[in-house]
Amino acid sequence: MTVAVNPAQTGEPVFYLADEHPHPEGYSTSLGFWIYLMSDCLIFAMLFAAFGVLGANYAAGPAPKDLFDLDLVAVNTSMLLLSSITYGFAMLTMQQNKIAQTQMWLLITGLFGAAFIGIELTEFAHMIHEGATPQRSAFLSAFFTLVGTHGLHVSCGLIWLVTLMVQVWRFGLIEANRRRLMCLSMFWHFLDVVWIGVFTFVYLLGVLR
Amino acid sequence: MSPDLLKFIFGRLGFDSLPIHEPILVGTFAVVALGGVTLLAGLTYFRLWGYLWREWFTTVDHKRIGIMYIILGIVMLLRGFADALMMRAQQAMAFGGSEGFLPAHHYDQVFTAHGVIMIFFVAMPLVTGLMNYVVPLQIGARDVSFPFLNNFSFWMTVGGAVLVMLSLFIGEFARTGWLAYPPLSNIGYSPDVGVDYYIWGLQVAGVGTTLSGINLICTIVKLRCPGMTMMRMPVFTWTSLCTNILIVASFPVLTVVLALLSLDRYVGTNFFTNDFGGSPMMYVNLIWIWGHPEVYILVLPAFGIFSEVTSTFSGKRLFGYTSMVYATVVITILSYLVWLHHFFTMGSGASVNSFFGITTMIISIPTGAKMFNWLFTMYRGRIRYELPMLWTIAFMLTFVLGGMTGVLLAVPPADFVLHNSLFLIAHFHNVIIGGVVFGAFAGINYWFPKAFGFRLDPFWGKLSFWFWVTGFYMAFMPLYVLGLMGVTRRLRVFDDPSLQIWFVIAAIGAGLVFLGILSMLMQFAVSFLKREQLKDVTGDIWNARTLEWATSSPPPDYNFAFTPVVHDNDAWWDMKKRGYQRPLTGFKPIHMPSSTGTGIILAGFATAMGFGLIWYMWWLAALSFIAMLAVGIGHTFNYHRDFDIPADDVIRTEDARTKLLAGAK
Amino acid sequence: MSRLKILALLPLAVALSGCNYIVLAPAGDIAAQQRDLVIISTVLMLLIVVPVMALTVLFAWRYRQSNSSARYEPDWDHSTKLELVIWSAPLLIIVCLGALTWMGTHLLDPYRTLGRIHADRAIDQSKAPLEVDVVALDWKWLFIYPDYGIATVNDLAAPVDRPINFRITASSVMNSFYIPALAGQIYAMPGMETKLHAVVNHAGTYKGFSANYSGAGFSGMHFNFQGLDDKGFDAWVAQAKSAGGSLGRTEYLQLEKPSENEPVRRWGTVDSDLYRLILNMCVETGKMCQSEMMAIDAKGGNGHEGLNNTLPLSYDKYARRGTAFGPEPSFIAGTCTPDAPQGQTTAAIKAPLDPAPLVGAGLKRPTFAPLKSSSFFLGQRPKSDS
Repeated sequence: MTVAVNPAQTGEPVFYLADEHPHPEGYSTSLGFWIYLMSDCLIFAMLFAAFGVLGANYAAGPAPKDLFDLDLVAVNTSMLLLSSITYGFAMLTMQQNKIAQTQMWLLITGLFGAAFIGIELTEFAHMIHEGATPQRSAFLSAFFTLVGTHGLHVSCGLIWLVTLMVQVWRFGLIEANRRRLMCLSMFWHFLDVVWIGVFTFVYLLGVLR
Repeated sequence: MSPDLLKFIFGRLGFDSLPIHEPILVGTFAVVALGGVTLLAGLTYFRLWGYLWREWFTTVDHKRIGIMYIILGIVMLLRGFADALMMRAQQAMAFGGSEGFLPAHHYDQVFTAHGVIMIFFVAMPLVTGLMNYVVPLQIGARDVSFPFLNNFSFWMTVGGAVLVMLSLFIGEFARTGWLAYPPLSNIGYSPDVGVDYYIWGLQVAGVGTTLSGINLICTIVKLRCPGMTMMRMPVFTWTSLCTNILIVASFPVLTVVLALLSLDRYVGTNFFTNDFGGSPMMYVNLIWIWGHPEVYILVLPAFGIFSEVTSTFSGKRLFGYTSMVYATVVITILSYLVWLHHFFTMGSGASVNSFFGITTMIISIPTGAKMFNWLFTMYRGRIRYELPMLWTIAFMLTFVLGGMTGVLLAVPPADFVLHNSLFLIAHFHNVIIGGVVFGAFAGINYWFPKAFGFRLDPFWGKLSFWFWVTGFYMAFMPLYVLGLMGVTRRLRVFDDPSLQIWFVIAAIGAGLVFLGILSMLMQFAVSFLKREQLKDVTGDIWNARTLEWATSSPPPDYNFAFTPVVHDNDAWWDMKKRGYQRPLTGFKPIHMPSSTGTGIILAGFATAMGFGLIWYMWWLAALSFIAMLAVGIGHTFNYHRDFDIPADDVIRTEDARTKLLAGAK
Repeated sequence: MSRLKILALLPLAVALSGCNYIVLAPAGDIAAQQRDLVIISTVLMLLIVVPVMALTVLFAWRYRQSNSSARYEPDWDHSTKLELVIWSAPLLIIVCLGALTWMGTHLLDPYRTLGRIHADRAIDQSKAPLEVDVVALDWKWLFIYPDYGIATVNDLAAPVDRPINFRITASSVMNSFYIPALAGQIYAMPGMETKLHAVVNHAGTYKGFSANYSGAGFSGMHFNFQGLDDKGFDAWVAQAKSAGGSLGRTEYLQLEKPSENEPVRRWGTVDSDLYRLILNMCVETGKMCQSEMMAIDAKGGNGHEGLNNTLPLSYDKYARRGTAFGPEPSFIAGTCTPDAPQGQTTAAIKAPLDPAPLVGAGLKRPTFAPLKSSSFFLGQRPKSDS
């Protein structure tokens, strides 16, 4: 914030802006959203910490190597990574003001996201069916909670995505909608980054343990 | 109706959940109900509902939201203090075979509720309210960054408070101590609704606190007026910035730890259980990783208030502004490195214990520097003993004692003999009352004339001050003594009759504090009645130094007709000194956010959802959740959230002020 | 330290005589050293606190508005010299206090065996320390004397000047084992063991209690700790022996049910494996011991077979209702019952027998095992090495 206001040319200090323009709408939004993401990041950090502490407490039950199907998880991971790329395309087309293409890429992103959730739910259902429920051991509690919280975030992202598609369809790529798409984009990529952490620390290192 | 249907509708709520067999609660309920009905009838009779809804409940004006936070804090103070009185009375009575008047079932709820309410619903709202009111004014902004979010945050805090208050009359509150350590708080040992009230009360309020933290950080970072560089921000704004950073960086931890506890309680996971590989110690660690920064969340704004007050009433620039700022930042960072000092006695190794002990001591260095800075601000000043300054002096004398006992408790071997004793209780009341509460009162007395255009009555204010200060010392010095006698906290009955005298003194002290609170309420009432005599038209009643005093009292909706430009730390002082002339022409329309009822509606659904989850009324929880989602999404379809105050309105408001100022001369 | 102590104590002793300031006038050497630290730290801090308070009052009085003779410098807001002083004065105090803390914390680590009996008495090698196993129950204290084969509830005794090694655990919720006259407190936690080493120097009867709130009967959860001479202690043991009765697994399961304000109880014989079973939360027959579970976990769990070894839980201390959504409460069935001998479950930290460094000069850096990252977080030593 520079003080470039001295119209009087007299050397007299200026104590107020006689001719001001209000901050543009959404002036603080991206900063605010970043701070929100950081607080969300802390939530995941705590869940990772809980997993780090409890992750080897199998209570004489199954360990990661008995439960995790790395092939399935790899497919799942690729779903989420691809959805991040397609979201990137959506943002690019948004910059070019191409509504239809933006919507299409958003739709594809949403489908990848839904596939991710679907695969994750299948994995959960399989584990629970086997008897490896969140209640079986502290390790499983921490696993289901960490991965489930991520899944919950992706689900929220999906609801948000659908809402935004409706809004873009109704109101077009107006400034407010662009800003919202930008926020969702940050959210989506953030979840991607968190998932890379989950994939590495929970699945890969878990199976290696 | 079939029992199944009843169970579906009411969950575990039944007639036996109502405390009709506890005379104290029935009496309280009668009083509250009577008061409530009178209030509601009064509001209806005077047709105030529409006014309240339009002007207050749905407002996004940071000033009104700030005032509502403070009202919430004061109302909850009455409840929290009632708990304190009951505890003091119980402990003063229960000697020589007497069981006192509170059975364990009730007493254990009382001390838990006291802690929870005082921290989350008294200290937090008071501090947040002051920050909300003052920060945008101090930085020359028209509102906060996200005005709607601000309204929502406030109502979420209220929602949490409502849940905690409901537990008084429907069911019961937690009987676990204010941090609800498992295994005691787990379903096996606390199967009742108490801990669930605790969890959902804090979760609902916690969302509000976190969002309000994000909001204020953005406000301070983005909305400062031209010329206000970071190192020209008033110290209160600085401490608010640090506090809100702490909020954003610590409340998610509380959210997670409570979520994990609720998973243990609702789904049967094994995070904090004894068996199946769970670890109750992890809860203790995690909750204190939130809990220790929380202490600084409360006290930093108080430090800021004392800085403003000392400088204003000494008629001097603040001594060592730069070191004050760095001290604040250092405290902010260090507050994350000390959490383990709350449980040295858990059996960590000597190296771990001494690490955390020493980091704790290090915090006393910047704190000490702050103390000296205030001291040297007074040095060669012209100190006016108005109420805010009285509270500040009382703070300085009281807080060093609390700080000293705090550092003492940070020495692990000393903590082994004093941990969980009444010495500890005396210590943290010494810093929280002496720091946060005195700070809030200094702030309220200081900024009240800004908010309402008349100052608070000094007679009743001084009465309240002396009752509080003497009451505080009488109530808590005996607890230091008792701690050295090896008396531990949360005891309900005592054997050793020689201890009784100390508890009696403490109870008398609590009685004096009660008189202090009454005098304060009286002070508000008397000031309102005498508002013409106590009126201030200048907008700068204390001859103060920062920007909030540049505008009228109370400030117009838009705070400043023209955004100020700042050239100095003490911006307003600088403007006065250099002959600033208030602009009288050239007013333009001002862009402002418009009110919305979405915040209160969302918070209402969140509270209902909490209630449903507490009582296992799954239908209520599910419906409220869906409603919340629907209203939230619906709100995003509203693209027109602001309006322009027409230039004519601005001219009218400003002309009225011009007349008033002329009349004052 | 001892020289300082006497100086520091003089005024206090005068002011406080007549009252029972047990924390300031304890009967055990550990508590006495802790008391010394309390006093020395307080004195150190008073060095800065007193001037600050005095200056506050002085400035507040001197620079009051009505005193027009005092200097008024409204723009004086900085002085590098003064800033240096106000940062370095507290820093110096904290440096001293920090050094004291580091030293004191290691010397008085409750896990460390005693290095001396009293300030002027070295440890007597011929006397074996008294072993006491402490269990915090709802809401009473169980003391097991493995060397004597006796157990008591809410009654603890020890011979004067004989080191006591406490091993402490709990049955259900967290408590804190605290005898102010003897030594500082330490938490008692279910499924975990904490340790305390102490000695009582003066005969007498002292209060002991739980210092961590643990539920409804918490206020009544106290006991008498008696420091007895050797003869008195033998008589006390004999009294317990003659009480007869035997504390085995069945009796324990009866005993651990919640009860308030329990009177003193004694058992002449006690199942020698009982403490280990309590610590490992497997007193109930058929339940897998924690040590076994941890051993299995350390080898990577029990695989899919481990999914089926849970049995429904009929009783879990309180009338456990189970959670709203989870399955019925269960426990993990033991696969076998290992006959691990009862012994040291946690490695002790040995104090040096040469007391010379204890006075401070030439203090050797205490040895400590490097902590695993998880144990750092949890503030706990490994539970068991079985």
